[in-house]
Amino acid sequence: MSRLAPRFEALRAAGRKALIPYVTAGDPNPDNTVPLMHAMVEAGVDIIELGVPFSDPMADGPVIQQACERALRHHVSLRQVIGMVKTFREKDGDTPVVLMGYLNPVEIMGYEAFADAASSAGVDGLLTVDLPPEEGHDLVQALRARDIDPIYLLAPTSHEARIRRICAAASGFVYYVSLKGVTGAATLDVDEVGRKVAAIRSHTDLPVGVGFGIGDAESAARVSAVADAVIVGSALVRRIAEHENDPEAGRRAVSELLAGMRKAMG
Amino acid sequence: MTAIPEAKKPLDWNAYPDAHGHFGPYGGQFVSETLMEPLEELREAYDRYLGDPEFLAELDADLADYVGRPSPLYHAERLSRELGGAQVYLKREDLNHTGAHKVNNTIGQALLAKRMGKTRIIAETGAGQHGVATATVAARLGLECVVYMGAEDIQRQAPNVYRMRLLGADVVPVKSGSRTLKDALNEAMRDWVTNVDNTFYIIGTVAGPHPYPAMVRDFQSVIGREARAQCLERTGRLPDALVACVGGGSNAIGLFHPFLADESVALYGVEAAGEGIETGRHAAPLCAGRPGVLHGNRTYLMEDADGQIIETHSVSAGLDYPGVGPEHAWLKDSGRAHYVSVTDEEAMAAFHHLTRTEGIIPALESSHAVAHVMKLAPQMARDAIIIINLSGRGDKDINTVAQREGIEL
Repeated sequence: MSRLAPRFEALRAAGRKALIPYVTAGDPNPDNTVPLMHAMVEAGVDIIELGVPFSDPMADGPVIQQACERALRHHVSLRQVIGMVKTFREKDGDTPVVLMGYLNPVEIMGYEAFADAASSAGVDGLLTVDLPPEEGHDLVQALRARDIDPIYLLAPTSHEARIRRICAAASGFVYYVSLKGVTGAATLDVDEVGRKVAAIRSHTDLPVGVGFGIGDAESAARVSAVADAVIVGSALVRRIAEHENDPEAGRRAVSELLAGMRKAMG
Repeated sequence: MTAIPEAKKPLDWNAYPDAHGHFGPYGGQFVSETLMEPLEELREAYDRYLGDPEFLAELDADLADYVGRPSPLYHAERLSRELGGAQVYLKREDLNHTGAHKVNNTIGQALLAKRMGKTRIIAETGAGQHGVATATVAARLGLECVVYMGAEDIQRQAPNVYRMRLLGADVVPVKSGSRTLKDALNEAMRDWVTNVDNTFYIIGTVAGPHPYPAMVRDFQSVIGREARAQCLERTGRLPDALVACVGGGSNAIGLFHPFLADESVALYGVEAAGEGIETGRHAAPLCAGRPGVLHGNRTYLMEDADGQIIETHSVSAGLDYPGVGPEHAWLKDSGRAHYVSVTDEEAMAAFHHLTRTEGIIPALESSHAVAHVMKLAPQMARDAIIIINLSGRGDKDINTVAQREGIEL
C-alpha cells in the first residue's frame, strides 16, 4: 500500500480535507524543488503533486507551460525528478508524493524501469494526464506491482459508465477536473462541482480531489466543503514565476498562500 | 506492444485501425479525460455519416463543383525523358481549389461539423495550407473560424496569413514552445478542451487521437481512388511505384491507401532530411526517430533521450513536424511502405527542375517527392510507371525560394 490511503484515512478520522499543491519539478531551477517541497509541508499541505516537465503540455494553460519551459532550460529529466523525491524522502518519510505529467517521458524510460525507480525513491502515485484507462493497462500493471497508485482524472464530460470504469481502475484518489479547459483557467462553479462530486461518490469509496480553477483561500474553503481534497497548481506556479530570480522569495510566497488556504479549510 | 506480423502473411489493410484506433502498436487515444467523450461523439457521428448516402452525395458534389475534382493524372513526358527511366505521372492535387490536397479533408470535416450542429471551427496550421483550406470551407458554410499558427510560421508564411484573414478567420499566433506547427496543435487542443460544446476541431493531417487518423485518411483517399482508376484507364495497368512527401502524412496516405492490397505497387514516403539526417537538423521521424506518444497517438517521433520533443528543421513549413501519422508508422514496421528522406538542397533542385521541364511550380513539400523520383526513375525500366502526388502548388513558396537564393522580390 502506498502512503495515500493511510493519509486520507487519517484525515477522514480527524475530520479534515486534504490540501494538495502542484508544482513543476525543476522550476525555476532544479535546486529549488526539494526545499520547496519541505516548505509546503511546513505550510500545512497533506500530499504533494510534483509535475514532470514536458515539452508539449497539451492539457496545461500558459502558467504551467512556462514552468515546464523554465525547468527544461535546465534539462530536468524524469530520472532527475525521481531523484528529487528520493532526496525529499531523506527528511520526510510520511508525506505522500504523486508524480503528474505526460506519458512520453515514462514511455521512453520504460514502464518497468520507471516503476522500479519511482518505487525505490518513495513515489506513491502517478497521474499521466494523457493516458486514459483504455490505453493504460501495461503501465498500471507495472505500477500496481510496486504499490504505486494510478491516479485518474474525471471531467465534466465523463458520463456515468466512464466514471464507473475509471473509478474501478483507480486507487489512491480520483481527481475531478472542475471545468472544461486547461489548468489555470477561469474560476469554477462550486455548486455544480458539488453535484458532480456527489455523483462520483455514488460509484466509488475513493477520496475525490478537485482541481482546476482554485486560486485563493476562499475558493479552497468552498471546494473543501464538497470534496475530500483541494488541488491547487497554477496559483502557486504563478508565484514561483514572479520570483524567478529569487527562488527563496518564491518559496515564501507559495508557503504563504498555502498556509492561508489551510487555515480557511479548517 | 504487439509483434510485427510476418512479412509473408498478407494483412487485411481495411481492418485497420481496430475499434480503439490502433494500427498495430500505433495510434490510439492518448488525451486528457475531458476529450474522451467528445472523441467518442465524433467517432459515432463519423461512423454514421460514412454510411449515409445523403452525406456522401453532398460530399461528392462539393468535391466535384467546389474543389474541382477529379484532379488530372498528368504524364510528365519531358521530365520522364530527361530522367531516362520510368514514365512519371503527376497526380495534380495542386489544381484543387486553394491549391493543395488539404481541402479534400476540410470539406469532409466541415460537412460533419454542420451535421453535428457545431457552430465554431478551429484548426492548426504550419505552412498555412490547411488553415486556408479550413478558413475557406468555414466561410462557405458561415461558421466561425479560429486558426492557430506558430508565431514563427506567421513570419514565414505572411501571404497565407493574409489569405485566411480575408476569408474571415481569426488567426491566433502561438508563442509557446518552438512557436511552430506542433505548438499550434497544442494550442488548438487547449481551445477544443475549453469549448468542446460548440466547437469542431478540424485536424489537418492523419495524426491526433482516434478517429482523426482514420477519418482524415478516408477523406484523402479520394486521391488514390482516382489515381488508381485513371492509371488503369490510361495505361491498362497499375503503376509500379507511388511517391509522396510525408510530414504528418495526409497526402501520402490519401494516395497509398487504395493501393495497399496491390502488392506489386511499391510505396515510397519521402520525409524532410532538412540540412541532412546526420546533422540532426531534420524532420524525419520515420527515418531517424523512434516510437513515443504525442498529440493523442503513439507513433514515430523526433525526441531526445528524456522523451522531450525536439525541434525540427525543413525548408518546407508543411513538413516541419516532429511526429507522423500512426498508419505510416505501421506501414513502415510491416514493410509495406518504404520511407526515405530528401534534403532541403535536393528538394530545392527538384523544385527548379520540375518548374523548368514541365511548367509546373510545385510546393516545396511536394518537391521532396519529385526529388526522390529524380533518383528512383532512372533506375527503373522505360515502361515502368511512377505516380507522384503533386500535393500542392508552389506559389506560396516563392518568397522562401527567392530569399534562399538571395533574390529580393
